[in-house]
Amino acid sequence: MPDRLDVLKTYKLFINGAFPRSESGRSMPLCAGKRVMAHLCKASRKDLRDAVEAARAAADKWAAATAYNRGQILYRMAEMMEGKRRELSEAVACVPAPASKSRRRAVSPEDEVTRSIDRLICFAGWADKYAQVLGCNNPVSGPFYNFTITEPTGVVAVITPDAPPLLGLITLLAPVLSAGNTAVVLAGGPNPIPAAVLGEVCATSDVPAGVVNILTCDRAELLKFVSGHRDIDAVHGANLSAPDATILREGVAENIKRVTIRADVNFIDADCDSARWIEPFVEMKTVWHPASV
Amino acid sequence: MPALTPEKKRPAARSAGRPLPELIFGDLWEYDPATETADPKLKPRYDLFIGGKFVAPASGKYFDSINPANETKLAEIAQANAADVDAAYAAAQKAFTTTWGKLPGKERAKYIYRLARLLQDRAREFAVAETMDGGKPIKESRDFDVPMAAAHFFYHAGWADKLDYVAPGRKVAPLGVVGQVIPWNFPLLMMAWKLAPALAMGNTIVIKPAETTSVTALKFAEIIQDAGLPPGTVNIVTGFGDTGAAVMNHPTAVKVAFTGSTEVGKIIMRSLAGTDKKMTMELGGKAANIVFDDAPLDEAIEGVVNGIFFNQGEVCCAGSRLFVQESILPAVIRKLRHRMASLRVGDPMDKNTDVGAINSKAQHERIAHYVRLGREEGATLHASDDTDPCVSPAADGKGFFCRPCFFSDVQPSHTIAREEIFGPVLSVMSFRTPDEAVSRANNTPYGLAAGVWTDKGSKVFDIARRLKAGVVWCNTYNKFDPASPFGGYKESGFGREGGVHGLRPYVDLD
Repeated sequence: MPDRLDVLKTYKLFINGAFPRSESGRSMPLCAGKRVMAHLCKASRKDLRDAVEAARAAADKWAAATAYNRGQILYRMAEMMEGKRRELSEAVACVPAPASKSRRRAVSPEDEVTRSIDRLICFAGWADKYAQVLGCNNPVSGPFYNFTITEPTGVVAVITPDAPPLLGLITLLAPVLSAGNTAVVLAGGPNPIPAAVLGEVCATSDVPAGVVNILTCDRAELLKFVSGHRDIDAVHGANLSAPDATILREGVAENIKRVTIRADVNFIDADCDSARWIEPFVEMKTVWHPASV
Repeated sequence: MPALTPEKKRPAARSAGRPLPELIFGDLWEYDPATETADPKLKPRYDLFIGGKFVAPASGKYFDSINPANETKLAEIAQANAADVDAAYAAAQKAFTTTWGKLPGKERAKYIYRLARLLQDRAREFAVAETMDGGKPIKESRDFDVPMAAAHFFYHAGWADKLDYVAPGRKVAPLGVVGQVIPWNFPLLMMAWKLAPALAMGNTIVIKPAETTSVTALKFAEIIQDAGLPPGTVNIVTGFGDTGAAVMNHPTAVKVAFTGSTEVGKIIMRSLAGTDKKMTMELGGKAANIVFDDAPLDEAIEGVVNGIFFNQGEVCCAGSRLFVQESILPAVIRKLRHRMASLRVGDPMDKNTDVGAINSKAQHERIAHYVRLGREEGATLHASDDTDPCVSPAADGKGFFCRPCFFSDVQPSHTIAREEIFGPVLSVMSFRTPDEAVSRANNTPYGLAAGVWTDKGSKVFDIARRLKAGVVWCNTYNKFDPASPFGGYKESGFGREGGVHGLRPYVDLD
């Protein structure tokens, strides 16, 4: 008998700034070996719809926030992650990473948290810079002032890979937020606990309600609903199976979603810090104005 | 001596409250026809262009291309089947691995410059061919389509040796073989939009023009031969939807580009969902043109007329929804009617013609269907003499013509205000506040283009920022340039054409 019994945490969904259980009442046990680590909420199709509704409602205001303000809020998220280092590391560690076939360097749970924080800071910095990298002035042959600017695409579904559970999520989510989109995260795979903890990070770091929504779920069950949802404007996923990628790409034909499924991503690469990761989640708007009287 | 006319004794119309007599430009005299007579140098029969040579289609089948202004046959066009498309892709693959794909950028550039120059040299001939094949007025093919096509080759030629600057910080390489399907509204220009960036970035191409407008594409094949492009660099296969599907679905294509309807675009995207092919889609539109009460009204009317009646309204970015601030609605309707009455509809080869022939019988029927629907749903039709606009002006009733028209009393729920008509039919609606204008303009699944008319600078940029459209024209409309990216938000597609943004879909980023 221990002297003091641990107080375990109940992990819930994160929708519109609140932490509801799944409306379906469903949960899924998360096991490490034979030990049950937690019972996570198993989000339903209705939870997905609620999350999209919240993300849509938050989209205009987040898109209209100044880039400086968005950068500060993302930086605040990183600060909060720094404070939750231990909890995040334990969340990453509680389910051993699946055996990888590639010879990629494995990172320790602590290292994964460090890299996740650093990546978020990188994209906090991008918030007021990518527009100058991705947009431009155009030298048209006529008396016109013509320029191309970037605008957020809207509501983006972020589909986390199986691993790494935290770095994968942050790498896919940060560019989406930095560009002024709102996100609905589908956290499936063997270990969605770090995603559930990230909801608590968002809730305490000035991220407006609805800008980030996190659903722990059985990914395979919800993908077709993501694909068919007409109020989701874009999808960001990585290292998914071919059938999963196909289901998501079918959503392109539904409402011309911008679907970006990255294959074979090594999340510790510095390439993941590039503004090119933002590019699929902005729309290029070209404005013409006469420059003559 | 004749007696004084009774009118002399009547008070002036204005003080008597009678409508003022209206002078319509062109009412008091007849124009002599000013027909363009340059020889389009058409061949009676056009084969497929594969591996640098004109080859007969495997099926031996040909279809007729007609002149939509008089329904006479212009030429026979080869009908490509899957075997022909295979052959075209094999030729393109070979050119990519052995010739074009190996050329240094500087050399590629010089080939593309040649294409631009050769097209400029034969500009008049191409303009005439384009007008005969597609029905657009000669002044538009002569002053817009052909010079703009040449400009696209000229602009992109210079990019061929500058791949390092396409995406700074990234290593960039050509993709391989790309498949492209283009529409009938700007046949040669759309071909230039597709070929020029793909060639500049070092790719080889299989392209399919629309079945009603293959002639200038196949004439351009002659230019490709004359320029000495390595055989197989550009392959042109002609035919119908099944040919297009074969081009889009071919396993050799690493990237496909499509310009056309949202409906067909969705079929293509669904069929490619299980592949890793890169895609760009330039689809339909239902652009809003917003006129505020502080706009320079006469300029705005010109912009509105150009926005919807340019190329018979067969333009994906046509400003087909006009939103007018309530206080100036009567003035705008009056001025629009007046301006519309002076547009000359008729023989596309006549240099005075403003509105030519509708591209095909099918499209003509589609437009007539929407005009009928507009009336049935309760909108008020305004055409030059308020009769059915979809009747041919020709004495023999031949040709597919539709006079410019617009509807007032349009509700947002009306079909004509929601669906893309692709014809010279404008829906006029009103609004009270800028917020209302923006929300109604954005209330569509499309997002290709939009227009804003106001004299106030801060309002221009505020509205431009809030409109969900890929191109926003402020105090102007329907302006295009090779250096200016073009493409849509939402269901109008993705990817851009033109400028540096138009190059990125044609390169492999490391």
